[in-house]
Amino acid sequence: MKIGYYPGCTLKSRAKNLEDSALASLAALGFEVEELPRWNCCGAVFSLANDDLIHHLAPVRDLIRAKDAGHERLITLCSMCYNTLARANLLMKHDEEKRKTLNLFMEEESDYFGEVEVLHVLDFLRRELGWEKLRAAVKRPLEGLRVAPYYGCTLLRPREVAIESPDLPVMFADFLRALGATPVEFPEATACCSSYQIIANESAALEASAKILRAATASSADALAMSCPVCEYNLGRRQGDVRSKHEGVGELPTFYFTQLLAIALGLPQETLGLKWNEASSLELLKKKSYLTVSA
Amino acid sequence: MSQAPESLTAKLIPIYIMGKRYEVPETLTIMKAIEHAGYKFIRGCGCRGGICGACGTVYRRPGDYRIHVGLACQTVVEPEMVLTQIPFYPANRASYDYATMEAVGAAVGALYPELFRCVACNACTKVCPMDVEVMDYIAAVKRGDLAEAMRLSFDCIQCGLCASRCMGELPQYHIAQLVRRLYGGKLAPATDHVDAMVKKIADGYYQQKIDELKKMSVDELKKLYTAREQEPHQAPELWKAKSAEGL
Repeated sequence: MKIGYYPGCTLKSRAKNLEDSALASLAALGFEVEELPRWNCCGAVFSLANDDLIHHLAPVRDLIRAKDAGHERLITLCSMCYNTLARANLLMKHDEEKRKTLNLFMEEESDYFGEVEVLHVLDFLRRELGWEKLRAAVKRPLEGLRVAPYYGCTLLRPREVAIESPDLPVMFADFLRALGATPVEFPEATACCSSYQIIANESAALEASAKILRAATASSADALAMSCPVCEYNLGRRQGDVRSKHEGVGELPTFYFTQLLAIALGLPQETLGLKWNEASSLELLKKKSYLTVSA
Repeated sequence: MSQAPESLTAKLIPIYIMGKRYEVPETLTIMKAIEHAGYKFIRGCGCRGGICGACGTVYRRPGDYRIHVGLACQTVVEPEMVLTQIPFYPANRASYDYATMEAVGAAVGALYPELFRCVACNACTKVCPMDVEVMDYIAAVKRGDLAEAMRLSFDCIQCGLCASRCMGELPQYHIAQLVRRLYGGKLAPATDHVDAMVKKIADGYYQQKIDELKKMSVDELKKLYTAREQEPHQAPELWKAKSAEGL
């Protein structure tokens, strides 16, 4: 059966490289993935105010769309979407009173009880394929590539939606190892990039990014891997601004984890969406001779 | 209470216009019923044909908490309905330079930052008298899919009822109109016949006709309008006007 896929808005615009590389990789690995026929913005953040139910409508409505399309599982790529959808799902599963209010408000939709399972693609690959099978599917091992796996916040926090133990996460490193790369440990792997603070409090945000980039550079990483378009914006697209304002920050190419996956699977360059990455990312791939152009 | 002329044989039913009870013939549309009750439309009634979007009505039925909607010119009255017209809504409408504007979602978002205040409550879709999936086209604009937003919003008649219900204060219909304009002029594949016609018009094909119309008195214009050749109801698909007069 086809697996339900929720893209999220950014993956249809600025983070097309995350979507394109992921869909090509999942297809190459034999998974049949189907984008939801109808979906709206997930809301991007899970509302924490106890009486603010209105902001749960968007993610719950997406979960209802997944259920109505016949999907038992829904995979997502963007860490923010994953976090918001997974938490809204738990709310609908366990909070009877809020579930009742939300279902009543959305009377035009089917009632929802948290039936769909929300999975991040990294976790999905671990469960459905496993790292040994992934290793076997790799056609172009990323040998000698030192990659810092950057989780950010929303894959590991809060604990109830964490894709693995937030205390000692290993999944990202295991994934990179299966691709033939060398994962490097660095102390800021689970630090916050400052997220949307880049809009309201730019200097603090650039400082937070500087700390992460400095730590990754100090661990002599060749590149930083991540799964979140907001992290990518702060650590990739704004890296020039970080460097100009903070010392000791070297140039560090950034990739979505799915781009590294697509490269390792030997997929052609056009599936990587590299025009959305910073120039340093392409340069690194050229230097390592990782790129293939399909005939 | 207004008194129906004796010549009318239709049964009279009670309706509430802005809370006041009137008895009106049950066969009338809401628009005609309002006129029957003594109101005169000097605005908020345009084509009377269900197209122009000027006569949005919201109403309730007894014992039902839901808001119902319709176009006054198209919806027949029901007994005990409580209604009001919302002919216009003061929704935000951005100004833009079409020629230099890029046809991408980010450009629409820059003109209408309130786009991102949508919480997917779906009130817009529920209130649309044309059954347009308003929330879905707003979702499409948010992710930059202008072609999909164009497709989903195509039946919009700009009545503005969506905006009247929106807790995020979005002017959905103005956003959709901008998107369709961007799609039509900048994204849709060019076609030879449209290009040829545009060139013909730019070269002054209608200029003489427009100049003539400008010189006419109101009476002359009315006469011309009344005498124009109209497409008959139930016209065959390939119906064509006998002359190009008025085209």
